[in-house]
Amino acid sequence: MAKNLFQKVWDAHAVRVLANGQTQLLIGTHLIHEVTSPQAFGMLRDLGMKVKYPERTFATVDHIVPTDQREQPFSDPLADAMIKELAKNVEEFGITYFDLSTGKQGIVHVVGPEQGITQPGTTIACGDSHTATHGAFGAIAFGIGTTQVRDVLATQTIALGKLRVRRINVEGSLRPGVYAKDVALHIIALLGAKGGIGYAYEYGGSLFESFSMEERMTVCNMAIEGGARCGYVNPDQKTFDYLKGRPHAPSDDDWSSAVDKWKSITSDPDCEYDDIVNIMAEDIAPTVTWGVSPDQGFSIEGKIPDPMEETDENERLSIQEAINYMKLEPGQPIKGTKIDVAFLGSCTNGRLSDFREVAKYLKGHKVFPGVKAIAVPGSQIVDAIAQQEGLDKIFSDAGFEWRAAGCSMCLAMNPDKLVGEQLCASSSNRNFKGRQGSPTGRTILMSPVMVAAAAVSGKVSDAREVFQFEAV
Amino acid sequence: MSLEKVRKINGRSVYVPGNDIDTDRIIPARFMKCVTFDGLGEYLFYDVRKDSDGNDKDHPLNETRFSDASVLISNANFGCGSSREHAPQALYRYGFRAVIAESFAEIFFGNCCALGMPCVAATQESVKSLAELINEVPETEVSIDVINSTVRAGDLNFSVDIPTGAKEALTNGRWDPIAELQEAKESIDHLVTDLGYLKRG
Repeated sequence: MAKNLFQKVWDAHAVRVLANGQTQLLIGTHLIHEVTSPQAFGMLRDLGMKVKYPERTFATVDHIVPTDQREQPFSDPLADAMIKELAKNVEEFGITYFDLSTGKQGIVHVVGPEQGITQPGTTIACGDSHTATHGAFGAIAFGIGTTQVRDVLATQTIALGKLRVRRINVEGSLRPGVYAKDVALHIIALLGAKGGIGYAYEYGGSLFESFSMEERMTVCNMAIEGGARCGYVNPDQKTFDYLKGRPHAPSDDDWSSAVDKWKSITSDPDCEYDDIVNIMAEDIAPTVTWGVSPDQGFSIEGKIPDPMEETDENERLSIQEAINYMKLEPGQPIKGTKIDVAFLGSCTNGRLSDFREVAKYLKGHKVFPGVKAIAVPGSQIVDAIAQQEGLDKIFSDAGFEWRAAGCSMCLAMNPDKLVGEQLCASSSNRNFKGRQGSPTGRTILMSPVMVAAAAVSGKVSDAREVFQFEAV
Repeated sequence: MSLEKVRKINGRSVYVPGNDIDTDRIIPARFMKCVTFDGLGEYLFYDVRKDSDGNDKDHPLNETRFSDASVLISNANFGCGSSREHAPQALYRYGFRAVIAESFAEIFFGNCCALGMPCVAATQESVKSLAELINEVPETEVSIDVINSTVRAGDLNFSVDIPTGAKEALTNGRWDPIAELQEAKESIDHLVTDLGYLKRG
């Protein structure tokens, strides 16, 4: 019977069906970081258990690391305690750890692909909801809780109910100034933040075929913002070319059999899906959020909705709550909203291609007076290559602070935080209340080039106008 | 390891209104700078409950009439966003033992189940009626029957959705799957060998 990639990978990794009907699923690759793993190691010790396959777990530190101070001890004693705890755990259980001294540290979802750990046809789990990122390689990758981190450490398996599969086709090409991030935000606005509950999203169509691996990662990364636990793209030659030669990719001897295997797990042409959504790429505009949920987004030309026009009572409440929090008025155009901070980075948009693309436009521009702008590479490797290419110089000449690698202001567990009611134009993935470190801080999500446009104009702007796109 | 069979939850409740209440709101990230889950209950919904000086804001959890609540009531897509188990841990440590909402984000749902804390899904109408009742008569005892998927509160009686897997795990004391997962040691080893890539990397 014809199967889609999700079904093939799921079936290949199913150990057995459990008494409650869930599947015991083998997790091929397990990624851990300092925030959601310490309690799991604690539980393991309490149960007197060992890590079953230490060679299948990879660790890095990303959430709490400062991006301006790299020497330990960190000024925040709690952060310092967490990094020490991780170091102790990986040492005790023999786990590979990309720490700050390796030159390979970074956001776990940037490091995995970079090291060639992320591979097609595998199952990947991490105590982090943005694990969906790895689906860009044709892996079934999802976020898990800390108790499940314990389960993976102890047994290399978890108990999970099977997901349905929704195919999202995007056909055609994007208009100039429209990016993968806009595709992600557009899909979420279209299907809703809960639209994907119970689903894995298979992204396909000519747009995704034309996308680079990094663009595919950006869209898969935000599957969870649409409620889908995982998102993926079928692997193709671009996937294989990306992986070839990376440290953890199959060696030359194993390469052709690995590629054959990877090709075999792609969705069959006549396979079935539980749902299909079709989108035309040209219908997607530069997209920004206006509220406190990632599905509260629209075109840069959008105007703040009027809650009184919403018929559903709860939705009306949500809109009202969002615009109160964001301090925006119904009918007000989002374009022109003054910003205080510009943040470039995160597991959504902290890769080399993001900084290269922004640098093309940023040259010769200056960050608007009074705006704090920071650029945070997703990994030490991204940082190093960006510096070799002189990108850091372009950013700092424009008035951005070029920082060291980490999650930074995406969730502000390190010192990079909004203050008071500051409004941030952000290339990250969540605009939740308080997400960027201030309980009253405000976030508008957008593509990296749009963040740059906001940074230089001091307000939410259409990058195509700010950077006179035709001229580039 | 014998686990409690979670078949009935009885207790007072509190309605925290809103769709898409995310786990950042349930437990802000700065409180995750810890290596245990101890003490998280104190910070539950912190930024919507407290102002910048730590004084109470207008929030149902700050109302004394709801202070004994052990059942949380909310709307659609409860627990969305971050996978942090700190969110259900904070709810549990605060004293909650079940959540009734219109729908749940998946990772959150699984995390709650692994703590033996049922998340049951009700229709928008049922949640509305229950919320009205609780806000009028806060001492109303809410009773969740996990086996029969029903909720009773005062004169209200409605059915809820509990996915089969979770129901089976909760009601039979199998909500922490570790023992069951470990039973399959040999099959796991075989599969690891068969799949090949796990040994190659």
